[in-house]
Amino acid sequence: MNKLPKSKGYYIKKIKNIPMTILTIILSVIFLSPFLIMVTTALKTNGDAFQLPVRLLPREVIWTNFPEALQQIPYLRYMANTILITGFSVVGQMISTPLVAYSLAKIKWKGAPIISSLIMGTMMIPYTVTMIPLYKIWNSLGFTNTYLPLIVPTFFGSPFYIIIMRQFFAGLPNSLMEAANIDGASEFTIYRKIALPLSKPALTTVGIYAFISAWSDYLAPMIYINKTEKLTLSLGLQQFLGTFTVDWTHLMAAATMFVIPVVFFFLIFQRNFVEGISTSGLKA
Amino acid sequence: MADISMSKKRKKVKDQDNLNGFLFSLPWIIGFVCFSIIPLFTSFYYSFTEFNPIKAPVWVGLDNFKYIFSDPLVIKSLKNTLFMAFVSTPANLFIALLMAALLNRKFRGRGVARTIFFMPSVIPMVAATMVWIWMFDPTYGYINRVLSIFGIHGPSWLVNPAYTKWSLVLMGAWTTGTTMLICLASLQDVPRSYYEAADIDGANGFQKFFKITMPCIAPVLVYQGILNIINAFQYFTQVYVIISASSGGGAATAGGGPANSILMYPLYLFNTAFSYMKMGRASAMAWLLFLIVSVLTFIMTKVTKKVSDSGMGGE
Repeated sequence: MNKLPKSKGYYIKKIKNIPMTILTIILSVIFLSPFLIMVTTALKTNGDAFQLPVRLLPREVIWTNFPEALQQIPYLRYMANTILITGFSVVGQMISTPLVAYSLAKIKWKGAPIISSLIMGTMMIPYTVTMIPLYKIWNSLGFTNTYLPLIVPTFFGSPFYIIIMRQFFAGLPNSLMEAANIDGASEFTIYRKIALPLSKPALTTVGIYAFISAWSDYLAPMIYINKTEKLTLSLGLQQFLGTFTVDWTHLMAAATMFVIPVVFFFLIFQRNFVEGISTSGLKA
Repeated sequence: MADISMSKKRKKVKDQDNLNGFLFSLPWIIGFVCFSIIPLFTSFYYSFTEFNPIKAPVWVGLDNFKYIFSDPLVIKSLKNTLFMAFVSTPANLFIALLMAALLNRKFRGRGVARTIFFMPSVIPMVAATMVWIWMFDPTYGYINRVLSIFGIHGPSWLVNPAYTKWSLVLMGAWTTGTTMLICLASLQDVPRSYYEAADIDGANGFQKFFKITMPCIAPVLVYQGILNIINAFQYFTQVYVIISASSGGGAATAGGGPANSILMYPLYLFNTAFSYMKMGRASAMAWLLFLIVSVLTFIMTKVTKKVSDSGMGGE
């Protein structure tokens, strides 16, 4: 193929592609720039950040903003809190999601179509609609300023994740389960020994989504957590917003450290993300 | 005799399946009842009462609804929300489709470009919003710095009420990666043979786009559009962070930004419940929101069905 002389059409096509390529590059630069600005601001001195003309790169690179940001707010404490909530949420979703999804995709039972459409329906209920009664319930149980209101719901499955897993299970050949069924294995054994080990890719997708959504969650922690030492990172970042001025260099250093785990997991598991969205989003 | 025992056995298997199915689904069923159904109906009851965390609900009849329909801030917040729904949504769809079209070609660095386009949609909204606030700074921000290169004197983005919502539209276009991925997937689903047939007939790029691509991806676009509109009715974190950044952060500072120009409906609902402690009134607002979103969802399913029935996908 490469040895063949390139035809005129090939070059015409190449030239036609140039505007598309330029547009792709411009858009990429624009989409990347907030990340760049976040990091470069974190590497600036405060005077540098407020010196005109504005420059993207620091006039002098300093790293001290990072350790200082860890000191200015109880960053490590908030990080531990966030990790605790995130860890339990991921575990909760990874236990509940495949169970429900399996019953919808692989068990022929009367309730499956009803449950499926109810799951679609609840996906459309805005959180703001249920937040007040939920708050009242958790408050009357005395669980505000604990992480239970944030963790417990994850053990009951979320629509989006269930749909991803259901699609995945639906793609597994029934013959795998039927063979075990003839051998007299119980449904749960089939699920645990056959379906679950096969579902690692989809389970990873759910785990990653659950991680990022718990790590980034804002509204729910804000409602339930107001004790300073119990805040999560997403709430704690607010403390850099002073009454009159914002400490931008330290805030950007803290934000960078907050974002890095997410970017890291995203880059590793990007394939899972893309598949999760394309399988669930198209015909949701 | 054999027949009866067979059907009995089958019935037994069926019963077993029904039981298994129910047991496997049980976590979600419990969660659905506790975290969706009960709160939903309690919220309906609350909307006819007035209460706060230390005061039990007192029945007030339709007072809350009368109040919210006459409250200028409710009207204002609905208008702001509708702006986001009907200005931001087309902008998002356009950017998403553009990026998807750019990615729907074979070129070196395609994976990198996709990563760059999608990554903003993944990172925590709080952090992203803070970076944007910094970029929007009228004096030290990068956006006005870049504009000044082209001789444009940039506005005070998040300060001037005429520009605040446009700032949100810009920010929103940056986080449209999910829609982009779905557009990309549906572009890839358009059968290549359609384009080949059009090439033989001598169709140009525009004709191919409007006669083949658009009809094929229309159902997905409509669906994503309505989903974007529904999301506009849940728009909260960005405006909350922007407002607390400009008013000194920390405590739940109630407000709606410059001249209430970014007071979004969910934000006003939140403020009513947790800052003004009018939880009954906030529940009434929540039910109004629920009705709006339900109607939109209903339209979404109907329209999607209609478009996909009449589109080329049905052949």
